[in-house]
Amino acid sequence: MTTTLQRTPEPDLQRELQEHQLPTYLPKAILVGAVLAGVALTVAGPLSIAQAVIVAWLLTWALPIASRVVEGGRKAADRTVTLLVASAFGLALIPLGSILALVISRGGPQLNAEFFTYSMRNVVGEGGGIYHALVGTLLITAAATVISVPIGLFTAIYLVEYGAGNRLSRWITFLVDVMTGIPSIVAGLFAYALFVIFFGEGVRVGIGGAVALAVLMVPIVVRACEEMLKLVPNELREAAFALGVPKWRTVVKVVLPTAISGIVTGVTLAIARVIGETAPLLIIAGLTDSVNFNLFSERMTTLPVFTYFSVKFPGVPPEASIDRGWGAALVLIIIVMLLNLVARAVSYFFSPKGER
Amino acid sequence: MAKSIDVSDLNIYYGDFLAVEGVNITIPAKSVTAFIGPSGCGKSTFLRSLNRMHEVIKGAHVDGKVLVDGTDLYAADMDPVNVRRLIGMVFQRPNPFPTMSIYDNVLAGQKLNSKKMKKSEADDTVERALRQAGLWAEVKDRLNRPGSGLSGGQQQRLCIARAVAVQPEILLMDEPCSALDPISTSVIEDLIHELKTEYTIVIVTHNMQQAARVSDDTAFFNLAGVGQPGKLVESGRTEKIFSNPDNPATEAYIQGRFG
Ligand SMILES: Nc1ncnc2c1ncn2[C@@H]1O[C@H](COP(=O)(O)OP(=O)(O)O)[C@@H](O)[C@H]1O
Ligand SMILES: [Mg+2]
Repeated sequence: MTTTLQRTPEPDLQRELQEHQLPTYLPKAILVGAVLAGVALTVAGPLSIAQAVIVAWLLTWALPIASRVVEGGRKAADRTVTLLVASAFGLALIPLGSILALVISRGGPQLNAEFFTYSMRNVVGEGGGIYHALVGTLLITAAATVISVPIGLFTAIYLVEYGAGNRLSRWITFLVDVMTGIPSIVAGLFAYALFVIFFGEGVRVGIGGAVALAVLMVPIVVRACEEMLKLVPNELREAAFALGVPKWRTVVKVVLPTAISGIVTGVTLAIARVIGETAPLLIIAGLTDSVNFNLFSERMTTLPVFTYFSVKFPGVPPEASIDRGWGAALVLIIIVMLLNLVARAVSYFFSPKGER
Repeated sequence: MAKSIDVSDLNIYYGDFLAVEGVNITIPAKSVTAFIGPSGCGKSTFLRSLNRMHEVIKGAHVDGKVLVDGTDLYAADMDPVNVRRLIGMVFQRPNPFPTMSIYDNVLAGQKLNSKKMKKSEADDTVERALRQAGLWAEVKDRLNRPGSGLSGGQQQRLCIARAVAVQPEILLMDEPCSALDPISTSVIEDLIHELKTEYTIVIVTHNMQQAARVSDDTAFFNLAGVGQPGKLVESGRTEKIFSNPDNPATEAYIQGRFG
């Protein structure tokens, strides 16, 4: 007589635990099939692209339906929601994709050495470039950063490290919230009014644009820095205090270094946010066709303002000017993307060692 | 060198809430004193009032006297920053600075205060502190690696090294082993034994055996009820508290009948 140590599985239990599953390749297969069907229907002729997309999308519903039949309710619900979320994502990508495609296709051909190294001085019709606007954008944005980062960072340090919910810090928080909502044109008017006091009516000066952008940046920087400082564990502050380190040194040498990667990311994103501003700069920085390196005198053009005027007042014939507008828009998008990449790189390299 | 602490009539508040009431105790120099008692009875609060870390919390304050070799820590002209240089602290959860290497973590007290040190002097300080903390052998080849890459027990010993590197007179430890495994715990207990030849050590512990093993004196804190202030019930030589306490509540707690 033999005793078997291994029990045979009970058939009922086994059937219950085993899953009735669709083959894992099926979702991909259905997706590919739907896309192919859509392409075929457009190429063969009966449908427009938009109609074909809708048909292909309807075809993908084969997956949740098949799942309902084979796998049962829970899995079918899962697949339905997955499909809905993916569709929403695709929908959200459409504007982004179409903007990028349009700007690249129309602006791409403009990018050449002349475009980057020539200003528009004495240019009529074709030729010329965005050198002056590039210089203006970089200088004005840099100046805005130089103004707003110290103000924003010190405000955030006060709020988190010193204010601790007292009356003044509650007021500051409220005012920062209000500032977040300031329309950019109002920031421009503010900067204009400010500089009129010193230079008289009709003033146009680069630093004024920087002030206007700084007004828009400060609340973003305060918010970003505040969140980052709050994330620094209190234990690190206590550890420093317990070593007999005064509070200000603790803030400078423990709290800020721990939060630096987040702070730099926040500042970079704030820059990316204001670099495309047009309205305030129209008012205070003005328009010029010449290169101007001096923030403190004369007009200064930035890429968004340049784009606006190139497209809005192209002159005759208009084509060359409008093309330059597209080129400038593409350069602006590239700068913002580079800034985002820089922010990622910085937060990677500055994040506390050992936690990467 | 090491200093004794005399506490008289100390009341400790969080805002209006009286957390610990009427503590009178003498903590002798160059010995280990353990604080035991149920959760929430104010052991950590009292410990933190001994190096003025208590007042770091908003609204927290004390009244009464804490004398270290006769000097009142809470006298009007005392600078809490200097008090904390004299009286170091190790926390319940290891908290090395994540932005610093092991080497810099040990020297944190000096570096954060921008104290100028020669390289050789700094190297010596690091080695001595790490040896005292029993960590030297494990980390001597990777002093430039981040401190947060160590295991929990190693991190806690790194924090002890950091605390002793500034050469305090007194070392306060708040449940330093509660987050650690038994091996790391026994390493740290051995360490406490060695450190007491140079420092006055005060340790909070939840672990009766640990109190019995490491301490010379024991103080038992208790709480009359929820919302009531914690009180020092009795203190004395550890053998006496554990074998023949004066107060029945102490006996009950030690024998595990409550708490
Ligand atoms: N930061 C704080 N703010 C307000 N009350 C506190 C704070 N920390 C502790 N307490 C209160 O003080 C009392 C003692 O707490 P604690 O010293 O942490 O006890 P133990 O360390 O003995 O467990 C408790 O009632 C606790 O709720
Ligand atoms: Mg505690």
